[in-house]
Amino acid sequence: MCSLALFPAPLPDGQTTLCESNNELLSGSDAEERPKQVRSTQPQELSPLSLFFPRESLKLHSRTESSSRAAFLDHSETLWMRSAAAWWDTHTHTHTHTHTHTHNCLSNIGLFEDYIIRAATVSRRLLDYSTFSALFTFCVARSDCVVRAFAWHPHTDKFAVALLDDSIKIYNPKSATTPTLKHRLQRSVAAVQWKPLCASALAVACQNCVLVWHVDPCSLSTRPSSGCAQVLSHPGHSPVTSIAWSPSGSLLASASPMDTAVMVWDVAAESCVPLQRVGGGGVTFLSWSPDGSHVLAPTPSALFRVWETRMWTCERWPCVKGRCQSGCWSPDGSRLLFTVQGETVIYALTFTDAPAGISTGTSKGPQAAAVVADLSETSFNTAHGDVIVGGEIQSLAWDPRGERLAVLLKGDPQAADRPAIIAVFKTRTNPVFELLPCGFVQGEADAEPRLMQFHPSFQHGALLTVCWSSGRITHVPFYFLSAGVPHFGLSGSPLLPRPQERCSALANQSLFTEMIS
Amino acid sequence: MFSTQQSCWFIRKVICWRAAASIAWAVLLLPPVTAVFVILSRFSLLHPIHTISGLSPLIHSEVLTCEAVLCTKLTPLFYLQNASPFIPTIACSKIALLGQLLHPRQFVNSSAHCIMGIIVAWCCAVTIGGRYETIGYPCTHSDGSTHMCLNEYHLILLLAGAFVGFSHSLLGVIHNMNFVSFHTVQQYKYLRFKGSLPLVVKCSATQALYSVRNYVVVYFFLGYIPKAWICKTLNLHLNSSIHPLDSIAGLLDLSLLYHLWISATFLLFTWYITLLLFRIFVTEVYNFPVQSSFTEEAHQCLPKVLTDKEPMILKFLALQDLALLSQHSPSRRCEVFSLSQPGGHPHNWNAISRECLSLLADLTQRLVAYHDTVATNGRAKSLSTGSERKTSSETSVTSGTEDLMSPRPTLMMKTPASVFARSIVGGPQSPLTAPFTPDLDSPFASPSLRRLTAPVEQCSPWHGTVQSPHVMRRVPKLWSTSTDSQANGSPPPSPASVASPQQQTSKPSLLAQFLQNRKEQVKHFLAKRVLIMYLFNKLPEASSQALFADSQAHIWALEGRRRWWTSLFSLDVDRTSQPQQCSLCPIISSSYRHFKLPHASSKPLRSASSMGDPTYKTLRFALRATLKTAIYRITTTFGDHLNAVQMSAEHRKRLQQFVEYKD
Repeated sequence: MCSLALFPAPLPDGQTTLCESNNELLSGSDAEERPKQVRSTQPQELSPLSLFFPRESLKLHSRTESSSRAAFLDHSETLWMRSAAAWWDTHTHTHTHTHTHTHNCLSNIGLFEDYIIRAATVSRRLLDYSTFSALFTFCVARSDCVVRAFAWHPHTDKFAVALLDDSIKIYNPKSATTPTLKHRLQRSVAAVQWKPLCASALAVACQNCVLVWHVDPCSLSTRPSSGCAQVLSHPGHSPVTSIAWSPSGSLLASASPMDTAVMVWDVAAESCVPLQRVGGGGVTFLSWSPDGSHVLAPTPSALFRVWETRMWTCERWPCVKGRCQSGCWSPDGSRLLFTVQGETVIYALTFTDAPAGISTGTSKGPQAAAVVADLSETSFNTAHGDVIVGGEIQSLAWDPRGERLAVLLKGDPQAADRPAIIAVFKTRTNPVFELLPCGFVQGEADAEPRLMQFHPSFQHGALLTVCWSSGRITHVPFYFLSAGVPHFGLSGSPLLPRPQERCSALANQSLFTEMIS
Repeated sequence: MFSTQQSCWFIRKVICWRAAASIAWAVLLLPPVTAVFVILSRFSLLHPIHTISGLSPLIHSEVLTCEAVLCTKLTPLFYLQNASPFIPTIACSKIALLGQLLHPRQFVNSSAHCIMGIIVAWCCAVTIGGRYETIGYPCTHSDGSTHMCLNEYHLILLLAGAFVGFSHSLLGVIHNMNFVSFHTVQQYKYLRFKGSLPLVVKCSATQALYSVRNYVVVYFFLGYIPKAWICKTLNLHLNSSIHPLDSIAGLLDLSLLYHLWISATFLLFTWYITLLLFRIFVTEVYNFPVQSSFTEEAHQCLPKVLTDKEPMILKFLALQDLALLSQHSPSRRCEVFSLSQPGGHPHNWNAISRECLSLLADLTQRLVAYHDTVATNGRAKSLSTGSERKTSSETSVTSGTEDLMSPRPTLMMKTPASVFARSIVGGPQSPLTAPFTPDLDSPFASPSLRRLTAPVEQCSPWHGTVQSPHVMRRVPKLWSTSTDSQANGSPPPSPASVASPQQQTSKPSLLAQFLQNRKEQVKHFLAKRVLIMYLFNKLPEASSQALFADSQAHIWALEGRRRWWTSLFSLDVDRTSQPQQCSLCPIISSSYRHFKLPHASSKPLRSASSMGDPTYKTLRFALRATLKTAIYRITTTFGDHLNAVQMSAEHRKRLQQFVEYKD
């Protein structure tokens, strides 16, 4: 079962995906030349900021790292650590250097990753933190992407962007000021996330700590002082590469690939509870289910855990092939989709709560994961020749209504005809779980997608924000009427009644339908 | 805590068993801990094999140690019983802290700890054996005669035990070690224990290190006193041929220091582990039935239990259960919303809702009172800092009315602290101590007089004024942004001077005025002395902490209520308008108390390695975060429905900021 065969062919070079309207992905050669029917269906008040961060605009310390690093060695590390880091630096620098010159660095990420994971299990700690940290986050190749992390505010239209120079900018379409957050401890930012049910709190995963910024939305200051940041640190818990707020905003979980414990922080009290389990050797990322009942915590080895948040016990899920690469939860928190490194399929796990009355608190999980999609390589015949799409999956994102699933495919940067691409599925969770093809999202010619996130509260469907390797951040709206959610004051015009002979044949073929046993 | 409340079913049926279980586990853990201690104490770096082979005859000494340490296990529990462990006792001034340390109960506590320390140290000495084993040994003098000589190694170990016990009990008071906090992350007991065990080991080791350091210094200077005393009472001699230990050369014996440290660690570890187990067991979630079909069990149900004022533990556990139940258990939620059979009233829901609201109203009231007593810099308004800025006549008027408004007999009856403090300092300071007494928790107030039970009376020195109409009139003024005088730094008009009509109605006599003037003079005289000011100055941070000492209850009440509302909203919309209307206002108002608090943003220093739980220091931040989250949850859930709720314009303005995510 190959899911990609039913997709419409990818766009030719120079065409970018603009939006989905009337059940069809629309494209154009330039963002300004939007087709008329898009304008008509698109609500006028909505214009999220598209940003562009050219690499040259940042004063990057990575440029000067090899020369002046010695003078500014981090003194919080011990002498042994510093010498190890220096050793690593000298070795990896030459290594990276040569490879960057031969071909794009991206190709070696997989190799690097394997090497580092193996090295980490053999001799933990003998690693340069930033190298390690950079490899474990969703952003594959930090060497060519200026945007390190991106986070939408869960309730408003503002977002935070973490850049390669370790500064964080906050963009708000309603305000003229863009605060820039800088802090002494804010180094190697790997993830940012806004606190739910709060206007101001932003958690930042840094090298040695988690910073929680309190950025007053009414303030006119462009450089909030470092006094606005709470520092949450725990000895041995570094580098922090992933954070997750509980949906109720009361707890913050942080994880590090070098620490086997997941820290659960009570941010107000600045106290933490380490959740330690033997095995796995670290936690690569965290994902809190939208209903707050489970937390996904994969490890660098072929094992991932799912914590339930009532009594904080965990289920162990050993994978056959590799480590869990990415995962996402359905909006009701009952279904988990995940991908495994080295495999081209998406797995699903279903969590059902214990029947009412038996308040054991533990939810009975399934016995095995089911394959819901197979994204193995498929070749498309386009006007510019064959294009092969598919392969390993980098990350997954599911929109908050549960109607669109974006899958970032790694591709192969060495081969021009196998680009990294985002495949979007239409999904349905009620009454049964279904996957339908939607299309590919593509950017400019040389840009590859690095990060993607859905807007948490988009009124007219789903809004996918993509950070490209060129440093551009674009937004791809998917306009649709949600089946499950009632519409309060929808301002967009109704869908044009248009016959869709072309797409319907493809679109109505379900790729996966859950069997009700 | 539970000795006085034996009658309560909850103490009898649950807490006693929990305490017993924690003690039982502590006793069960004792043999392995002792075994580890024996191994470590006999360990010699140069002969590791010898260490192992020498362990076999140690079994009997280990048994002995176990038995002896068993009795010391009871000490921490005795300690815990002394105060209500769920609300920290926070000293608001240096003198209050001093009073706590010199209190007779604390004295008894310290001496008990000392004796237990000596017993354990004796066991350690016997276990380690060798030169530590006995207190006397036969020695030959230079003239050839044999005497019993004092074994100073034995003595130094015993005294170290006493010192560690004493410092442990002192630190317990200073760090509020008897405070038991509730965790936000619920875990099973075994996992919690496993998680905290490394911390306990670390804490006891570091604490023992510090204690031994201090002890060595003390022994170096004062060691000859106990030595001479012991020699005299037991008719022992000092062996002059051996180097005395209270010298630099004697104390620099590494093996001795190691044994002192390992014994102190063992002693502290046994105490800490008992404390830890007690905390874990007593804060375990208890599932109260929501409603019972039997009338004799009706008093054990959640709505009934919530309204009980005493005992504190019951109230806290009930609120915790309420918050968790609203979050995790839909089936029990349904029981809460169930309607009574004849009549169709949601009695359970009404009782729970009323209790949560009254808790929040208490907090609001307390904050209003607190704001009226403090100036913008967070210190007591009338004297400590305000007097420099005010004219003397104004001060005298203020304190005069203050005395009139809070009749002293009532004050003394309420806070025995002032009586006690007077006996310490001596002299006619009772008018001075009145404003300086820690306003919320007098250190000697019995737990039964705690604030949750009588929140209003103990809020401030002006007990009478809290309820007076002018404070109530001032309430809306505090919320406004424009008319607030506190914002621009000038001291707001003190409530006493505002209350001039009351003053005029009861005009003081000439004699009273004369006495008043005398008092003022004494007060001024004392206020100029640096030491006294140092002792009596209120610690602003501490009083803020004290204000929120029991905020955990409010946090749960808020969380619980917030979740109930939202779940109610999903059930049916019409019924929610009523709870919204009556509960939003107190939430908003009390949150605005917080945001205006002078010391709300000052973070306490974090003590890294201490068994004392510092959570109470940050409770106000937790409460503020919970409040904000609750309001945002309400605004996101109810959305436009909020416009239908009647509220004042200022409230609406505030709420609008929350709706727009501007706060």
